[in-house]
Amino acid sequence: MLADTLLFYFFALLTLGGGVLTITRRSAVHSAVALITSLVGVAGLFLLQRAEFLFAVQILLYVGGIMVLFLFVIMLVNLDEAAHQRQFRRQWWLAAACAVAVGAEVMWFLYQGAGALRLPPPAPAAAGGPGNTEAIADVLFSEYLLPFEIASLLLLVAVVGSVVMAKKRI
Amino acid sequence: MLYPITTVHYLMLSAALLVIGTLGVLARRNIVVILMSIELILNAVNINLVAFARHFQNVQGQIFAIFVITVAVAEAAVGLGILIALFRNRKTVQADEIELLKW
Repeated sequence: MLADTLLFYFFALLTLGGGVLTITRRSAVHSAVALITSLVGVAGLFLLQRAEFLFAVQILLYVGGIMVLFLFVIMLVNLDEAAHQRQFRRQWWLAAACAVAVGAEVMWFLYQGAGALRLPPPAPAAAGGPGNTEAIADVLFSEYLLPFEIASLLLLVAVVGSVVMAKKRI
Repeated sequence: MLYPITTVHYLMLSAALLVIGTLGVLARRNIVVILMSIELILNAVNINLVAFARHFQNVQGQIFAIFVITVAVAEAAVGLGILIALFRNRKTVQADEIELLKW
C-alpha cells in the first residue's frame, strides 16, 4: 500500500513536471524530450491502475511512434529561427488566468465531492482468471466491434490525408 | 488526505495535466508545441478514463482510452502533415503569424 502511494507520487511528479517543462522550454527538441517524460509518467499511472495493456500501448504508440514523428517534423521544419523569437503570445497572462481559474474550480469541486466517491473494496484478482488484455479483447471484439472497425477506417483516412498534405505536389 | 491513494487523487492529477495542456495551447506561439500540448490534454482524459475504469471495476473505460489514443494518433499525423505543408508555403511555424483568414 505504501509502495503504491510512493509510486503514485513519483509518476505524478514525472507527468506534471514533464508537462510544465513541455510548455515552457524554448527549444522544441527540449519540449519533445520533456513530453516523453510526461508520457512515460502517464504509462506508469496506467500500470498502477492495473491497466497493463494500456501501459504497453502507451509506451509503444506514444513514446515509440508519435514522439518519433514529432522529432522527425522538428528536424524537417527549421526551428532555429523560432527559438530566438518571443515564445508566448501577448495575451498569455489572460490565458493563464482563465486556465488556472478553471483548474481551481475543478479541484475545489473534486475536494468537496471526495466523500461521495467511495471506492468499493477492489475485488481480488481471481487466480487463473482472464487477465487485463484478455478482458479488453473480449469486450473490444464483441460489444465494440463496429467502433473498432470505424477506428481502423479513421486511421486509414489519416494516413492517406497526412501523405497528401506532406507531398510536395499533388 | 495524502496517504491512501483514491480515485480522487487521479482525478485531481488529470485536472492539473488538463490545465497545463490548455495553457500550452492558449499561450504558446510555436505550432509544434501546441500540438504537443494537445497530446497532454488527451493524456489527461485517458488518466480520467482509466481511473474510473478501476473505480467501477469495469473494463469499458480502458476501451474508450484505446479509442482516444487512436484519435490522438490520427490527429498528430494529420496535424504534422498540415504543419509541413504550411511551413513549405509560409516559412513560419508561429501560430500568430498565420493570419491569412484574419479580418
